[in-house]
Amino acid sequence: MMNPKTFFSSLLLLVLLAISHAQAQLTIDVTTSAGRQIPIAIVEFRGEAQAPQNLTPIISNNLARSGLFRMVSATPNPLPTELSEVNFADWSSRMTEALLIGGITKLADGRFEISYRLFDVAKQTQLASGQITASATQFRATAHRISDEIYEKLTGERGVFATKVAYVLKRGQRFELQVADADGFNPQTVLASMEPIGSPKWSPDGTKLAYVTFESRKSNVVVQDLVQGSRKVVANFRGDNYAPSWSPDGRELAVALSRDAVSQIYIISANGGEPRRITTSNSIDSGAAFTPDGNTIIFFSDRSGGPQLYSVPVAGGNAKRLTFEGSYNTSPRLSPDGKLVAFVSRDAGKLRIATLELASGLINVLTDGPRDDSPSFSPNGRTILFESKAGGRGSLGSVSIDGRIKQKLTSQNGDVREPAWGPYAAKSGGSAL
Amino acid sequence: MNKKILLLAAAVIGAGLAGCASKEAPKDTPVETRTAATTSTTTPGTTGSTTPTAPTSNVAINPLKDPNNILSKRIIYFEYDQDSVKGEYQAVVQAHAKYLADNRGRKIRLEGHADERGSREYNMALGQRRGDAVRKATNLLGVANDRMETVSFGEDKPRATGSDEAAWSQNRRVEIVYDGE
Repeated sequence: MMNPKTFFSSLLLLVLLAISHAQAQLTIDVTTSAGRQIPIAIVEFRGEAQAPQNLTPIISNNLARSGLFRMVSATPNPLPTELSEVNFADWSSRMTEALLIGGITKLADGRFEISYRLFDVAKQTQLASGQITASATQFRATAHRISDEIYEKLTGERGVFATKVAYVLKRGQRFELQVADADGFNPQTVLASMEPIGSPKWSPDGTKLAYVTFESRKSNVVVQDLVQGSRKVVANFRGDNYAPSWSPDGRELAVALSRDAVSQIYIISANGGEPRRITTSNSIDSGAAFTPDGNTIIFFSDRSGGPQLYSVPVAGGNAKRLTFEGSYNTSPRLSPDGKLVAFVSRDAGKLRIATLELASGLINVLTDGPRDDSPSFSPNGRTILFESKAGGRGSLGSVSIDGRIKQKLTSQNGDVREPAWGPYAAKSGGSAL
Repeated sequence: MNKKILLLAAAVIGAGLAGCASKEAPKDTPVETRTAATTSTTTPGTTGSTTPTAPTSNVAINPLKDPNNILSKRIIYFEYDQDSVKGEYQAVVQAHAKYLADNRGRKIRLEGHADERGSREYNMALGQRRGDAVRKATNLLGVANDRMETVSFGEDKPRATGSDEAAWSQNRRVEIVYDGE
């Protein structure tokens, strides 16, 4: 996992590496949301009006966009920063269940001390509190951290507001691999090419991206170190080299290669070298994904006609077919807990995102298409981010695994495609940020 | 939009126009950039003078670029979700197989493509299957497999933009590219 120091130095490097500075970020709209929402009041922090950046609106937007919270707005006077200053009866009458208060103080060194407290209104108890020292440029990251803590305290699940997403932006004929905050802000271009870029995948520690480039007029698999800025071609064999997927320990990649036949699954060191063949068929085998224990690869194969999902032990053995519904199931991705497989299913000409529950074999179709592709789980496993091609324009969509909360992410700058949700950054304690 | 389709249609229907159409393409059809750039960056003169195996007595005209020669036909189109080479392209495959038989130093790359209607990963595979089908057909005519590399671009290099059959039918294809082009 990335420590905060590495994290910020990598961000800095990303800025330096940026081939062109991306202006506009992804814009996120919640399109649907259903089920119970926790009413929460995020009160403007005392001193926030004098601070160089807003903080509480970022927290409110994060929580509202998750679909799990309803914002209760009120601006008490004076702004409370302490338990003793909170009128719980008043918040209770506003049907508020949770309350966030806080304060921002400028320090002598120019940085800011941000303190916050989260309360359970009904019980009149403190659920969380913290004190973070941050520079002006760290306000967004601080807001994401506080959002994560609120989300976890109130839903019982870890939040993903402080994570990153990678995606490919196509502007005209130019392809850009970008990394942005999970809320679409701070997009940085880590690679630009006039040839296609595809299939970005985060290393488990979040320091590298594996992806496919066509810079040599054919597909190659490249690993780019986001901290060092270095790039290494790890698979450039005769024929196609594509569909990379990291092993859980980050040491190897599963890839699809056509060097010996039509696409077959191979495992190769993340530093390159000689690949080890995993599948042996006369059909297309591609789209490999490791299970979290690293022992099994889920992939798709058209050995039975149309593409279907299969599993195969990494140690060797026979492939086992996993999907029997429909005639076109591809691009499997494992949930972080290894229980669900998100995949792309084509039915009546429409590509949709579906999940397969491995234990039961149950399939749940989550989206309507018409061309949804490239699913990627959030690190807490609650949401699937995907590419949504509609009306000739590529945007991203996200859907909760129960199908109830849907979002759309668009960019003013071009077609957004092939998203990959990054892992958690290492939890940093105290004021280390 | 209509202009684009017309241009592309011209490129396909009139073999004699194909060369001109693809040279004009960068101005009007951004999707053509790569294909067109490849043909235009290697000027016929350069190729002719640096290819000692070129057998033709008329060194000024490279048969691979001569719009009146079937060898300038480089694109084989496919049906939706299909990877079989249609009978109407047999003459093109035969012509290239014969050229390769006569020019033992030359190699080709078979670049397979798919329309946008599949998943990206399966479209890579479908492009590969299409390239492979052309490779097999050419191999049956006596060209060794080590002189042909099959690569796929999936759906990422469409010839035509748009989300209708007119565009899709242009994008399901294999392009025959000679070494050095």
